[in-house]
Amino acid sequence: MNEPLRRTLAVLVDNEAGVLSRVVRLFSGKGYNIESLAVGTTDDPNVSRITIELIVDEKQMLLVCNQLRKLICVHSVKPLHPDHSIRRELVLIKVLARTSETRNEVIQIANIFRASIIDVSISSITLAVIGDESKAEAIQNLLKEFGILELVRTGMVALERGQYTIDEQTKEKGEFDYGKNVL
Amino acid sequence: MQRNGAQILMECLLEQGVDTIFGYPGGTILNVYDELYHYEGRVKHILAAHEQGACHAADGYARSTGKVGVCFTTSGPGATNMVTAIATAYMDSSPIVCITCNVSTDLIGKDSFQEVDITGVTMPITKCNYLVRDVKDLADTVREAFAIARSGRPGPVLLDIPKNVTAQIAEYEPMARKDHGTSGRLGTLMKRSSLNFQAPEPDHGDIDLLAEMILRAKKPMLICGGGVVRSRAHREFESFANRIDAPVAITVMGAGGFRGKNRLATGMIGMHGTQASNMAVDACDLLIAVGCRFSDRVALQPSTFAQNAQIVQIDIDRSEINKNVETDHHIIGDAKRVLELLLERVPQLQHDEWKEYVFSFPTETYYDEVEHRLTPGQILSTTARILPHDTIVSTDVGQHQMWAIQHFHFDYPGQLLTSGGFGTMGFGLGAAIGAQVGNPDKTVLHVTGDGGFRMNLNELATEQYYKLPIITILFNNGTLGMVRQWQTLIYQGHYSQTTLDRAPDFVKLAEAFGLGGRRVSSVSELEEALHEALESGKGYIIDCIIDIDEMVRPMVGGGSHITQFMID
Repeated sequence: MNEPLRRTLAVLVDNEAGVLSRVVRLFSGKGYNIESLAVGTTDDPNVSRITIELIVDEKQMLLVCNQLRKLICVHSVKPLHPDHSIRRELVLIKVLARTSETRNEVIQIANIFRASIIDVSISSITLAVIGDESKAEAIQNLLKEFGILELVRTGMVALERGQYTIDEQTKEKGEFDYGKNVL
Repeated sequence: MQRNGAQILMECLLEQGVDTIFGYPGGTILNVYDELYHYEGRVKHILAAHEQGACHAADGYARSTGKVGVCFTTSGPGATNMVTAIATAYMDSSPIVCITCNVSTDLIGKDSFQEVDITGVTMPITKCNYLVRDVKDLADTVREAFAIARSGRPGPVLLDIPKNVTAQIAEYEPMARKDHGTSGRLGTLMKRSSLNFQAPEPDHGDIDLLAEMILRAKKPMLICGGGVVRSRAHREFESFANRIDAPVAITVMGAGGFRGKNRLATGMIGMHGTQASNMAVDACDLLIAVGCRFSDRVALQPSTFAQNAQIVQIDIDRSEINKNVETDHHIIGDAKRVLELLLERVPQLQHDEWKEYVFSFPTETYYDEVEHRLTPGQILSTTARILPHDTIVSTDVGQHQMWAIQHFHFDYPGQLLTSGGFGTMGFGLGAAIGAQVGNPDKTVLHVTGDGGFRMNLNELATEQYYKLPIITILFNNGTLGMVRQWQTLIYQGHYSQTTLDRAPDFVKLAEAFGLGGRRVSSVSELEEALHEALESGKGYIIDCIIDIDEMVRPMVGGGSHITQFMID
């Protein structure tokens, strides 16, 4: 587990000005590039949830988690295990489609991927795909043939499978779960 | 009761027991200074010469008294002038609260006169910072700021208050400090994340395991880090060291955490560590580091550091565990509490053979003594002989700093004030001012070099005005000594921009500031000057002329194995 992998981190924070920059700064300060970032409020309007993906090894991940727990604005921090969590992102892709033939082909591809068509113009089609990065990559590769005009992704959001929640991983608990002694 | 923002701020400072503020006024903080005018007699304000000096003084005050230091400055340049000093406090975990006033809320974001986003600037160098946009939040925020600054691993907190907020009126309910954690925003925070505000009770299983490891160890070794000093756990630490009969090395920040004259002391560890410390850490089979982050100046080469030992880290800050050196066991908690628990579990041990090995190496560096000129060793041993034993010592950064830590034996936390982590030249004078203000009955010695002293010597005006009898020992070698030492050893003697053969005449400078001063070039002259300084009762600069090529010994190169002495 000690090689650099794409890892997912969920963080609950105060929904206040400046909080996002406090959190994000920790990653740039350590020289880690954020691969994906998604932020939004939760069912509690005072609390936002940040989902961060970055390529780090396990040790770096633990260090980052502990740095995050030191921030006053942070409520909970939880690294999400890829096998026990679901990850999704929304990708909007605007494809060049000048003829009815290409439009039909694009629509076919969209159907196979269960992407929805959210805009059509005389020369373009915009699709919305929801999935993990492999699905987005696959459809992107197919649509490349037609010419992608623009592509935007929301950033990955993730939840743990089953009834587990991030709230069970408050800062207090994280403290004692962290890196139990190897002896 | 109805109060304006400035009054609420002052009342909240009184709630915290603040009686001394260091600072410098300016346009946006005028409302606060106007209120300060009415608090004369209750709160002492020390007007510095520069905001950096003011903030270093608050830091020195905090380190030497154990209380939270407070600093006031105005917006823009006033605020940014503090940045170096805040970073210094942050790296050394010193509790200070910096209060800046920003331009009014309607002017924020418009590049107004003297506007800067100081909360943005100081984000990486504060434990937390706040921009208070609503006067109703002010009291709670001040309470929160102090709680954060002093709790857990201490550190600086910055509070930025727009000018109009200091004039707005709000309801202020006085609250005793002990009640702060039970209501309001701080109460909510304490419930949500109490560990940000108080040290966790150490895991007793972890303590038991360490106790077993100690019993098994044949060659135990201790490192006393800055955490022992901040936790004021020097008594527990000494009992623990005596109990397990292990040699103790100190880090720069740990000086004062372990009585320097204890027979188990091996002196400083790391780049300029003693042979005994560095050889012992390489040979030991159990290394217990208390409140130490294994910085690059201590561990040097993390992969081979204490390579024969099981490494145990005791720290209040969980994010320090395994950060620089991979450890085998750790305990999270306040040093004092952890050591108390260990003392309950560990019997008296004896490690004569191991000590014999460690103390076969020198625990001090012996510098040549010469007749015809002053050496750093002579200066410091003479100073230590004449000044009282509990003298507080502040230093700048460089050769004199290492010499001072090598030669003085520090006995209690807060006796040495030095910028260990950030390495801030110009820290010493400000810190000495803070220490003398906070400890009027103690002698304060400011050890500096000609390079570092010149950086912030404007604070001599503060020293003079407030009649602070600080004794400055100036190691005047006409060069940036530590950089020159590296240039000699590593850069083939290319003395690029390190020679400081220039003004001022420091004795005349002392006179110009209304202080005493004397240039000395022999031990007897130094003795006379020290007696004169003690008797004069005012600030005194002793300009000690030393050779340009004096070196700090021993030295291990950065990134080298800890026993690979470049010079010994």
